[in-house]
Amino acid sequence: MSPIRDRAIGVAVFGVPLLWITVFMLLPYAIIFTYSFWTKQYPTFVPGFQFGNYLALFVDPQYFRVLMRTLKVSLLVSLFAFLLAYPFAYYLALRCKSSALRTWLYLAVIAPLWVSYLLRAYVWKTILGTEGILNSFLMNVGVLSEPSDIFLYNQFAMVVTLTYIFIPFMVMPIYTALEKIPRNLIEASSDLGMRPIPTFLRIILPLSMPGVAAGFTMTFCLTFGDFVAPFLVGGPDGNLVANVIVTQFGTALNWPMGSALAIFVLVIVLAVLSLSDRVERRYSPKET
Amino acid sequence: MGTPLASSIVGTGSRASPPRAALNRYAADTAFATFVALLMAFLYIPIWVLIIFSFNDSRSLTWPLSGFTLDWYVKLWNNQQLLDAIGNSFYVASCATVLTLLVGVPAALALHRINFPGKKLFRRLVVLPITLPGVVTGISMLNLFRLLGFNLSLETVILGHATALLAVVVTQVSARLERLPKSLEEASADLGASPVHTFFHITLPNIRSAVIGAGLLSFVLSFDEIPVTFFLTGRDNTLPMYIYSTMRRGVTPEINAVGTLIVLFSLVLIILAVIANREKRL
Repeated sequence: MSPIRDRAIGVAVFGVPLLWITVFMLLPYAIIFTYSFWTKQYPTFVPGFQFGNYLALFVDPQYFRVLMRTLKVSLLVSLFAFLLAYPFAYYLALRCKSSALRTWLYLAVIAPLWVSYLLRAYVWKTILGTEGILNSFLMNVGVLSEPSDIFLYNQFAMVVTLTYIFIPFMVMPIYTALEKIPRNLIEASSDLGMRPIPTFLRIILPLSMPGVAAGFTMTFCLTFGDFVAPFLVGGPDGNLVANVIVTQFGTALNWPMGSALAIFVLVIVLAVLSLSDRVERRYSPKET
Repeated sequence: MGTPLASSIVGTGSRASPPRAALNRYAADTAFATFVALLMAFLYIPIWVLIIFSFNDSRSLTWPLSGFTLDWYVKLWNNQQLLDAIGNSFYVASCATVLTLLVGVPAALALHRINFPGKKLFRRLVVLPITLPGVVTGISMLNLFRLLGFNLSLETVILGHATALLAVVVTQVSARLERLPKSLEEASADLGASPVHTFFHITLPNIRSAVIGAGLLSFVLSFDEIPVTFFLTGRDNTLPMYIYSTMRRGVTPEINAVGTLIVLFSLVLIILAVIANREKRL
């Protein structure tokens, strides 16, 4: 293979993707980054360089409260998804003896990913609503005498819905990580007299951390920027950051503020990614 | 415990392990089975609720069910806006899938084969949309199009989807390329085949199922996409955007009927993907 020809073809094959990424990713990010320093001056915006928009994120309670709420909901969703996904992935990878059952259960957990995200959020609206299925069911059975509105339009509904949606993203990487653990490590630990729980805490859990980190990253980041579930089940006090971004680019007509919020989301995502990279590197086996 | 190893493998065997250990093991197995069953219920009851209520003979979604009807499906059939939206979604998803494959497969090849300055950054950027919420992609591209003076249309949505889905294609195809022995392509080159010939006769057949899998997944994700579409669409609606705007007006069994059809359609695609995946193991 002549290196020159190789290089020429490399450039040709590589040119299109590079151009695409530059025009449709780098450039747009650069644009909103620029806008985020501008100021709003009704009905348009004036170019500028000031940090007012970013400052407002932390000083203006209207934004700060939403940020804190988004952070709380994202953490809760990641936590609950983890608590449900880990035992399941553990069972699949280490305890399930039938490989057919394992394949089916794994498929069953990730299949909902292929079913519309919107519908999975919508169905919880129909279940949890005041006139919804849960309420009418509980009344029918006699547990409630009148419909309760505690289920829908609050953070509880949002956390349930988003946990439901993101469980597959948590199961997949944890299962992969658990599967990769050499069985002889677990056997060695038990041969040396370690009980199952210490074996789990000292061998299995640390070795599965890369999977946990990947699952947390997906769940946290995607919840952090979701505006559909909050819109459907979150209620008036359930706006998350993304809903505010939508408003800034819509009715509020404050693009600079919206851009600053979007950059903030981008930075959070990058921070979580680099954190999870670090966790992954720390807990990965040194060899290979 | 004579042989802890044996007892841990044999498990409930009463021979070596004392009864308490066997009992513990049994209790743990039962607990796991119950947990798995409950999780399955949590995942699938809502989907059944969606389907069952699409056949329910009542405008409101309340328990108990009042009777069987196919009215909601008939209504769908007569809803021109909805049919248009479905058509739009097929158009957008097909174009976005083709585009993203055309850009994504070469990108994966480049990342696999060539070393260049900024490669790490490039890889990070390409796969970013997997974890980056659609809002950010949506509004940043919206600003680009406004700046360039583009009118928003289904075509701008296609560009948005293709960009967001690159991540899916690149990760899936890269994973396959990494498992492909280098010797195949080297042998082909040694025998005098041009790189283009090698690509179409050696590399592509070997990564075919990954490309098909990535294509299917891209299609489904594009068909279902809201956040990017929300910002980039003009007057035309895609199916999820149409459903989303219907939901603003309230809950109706008609949405359940569309939903049931989407579940059916997804099921077909899952089966296709499983078949494609099976081929991979051969």
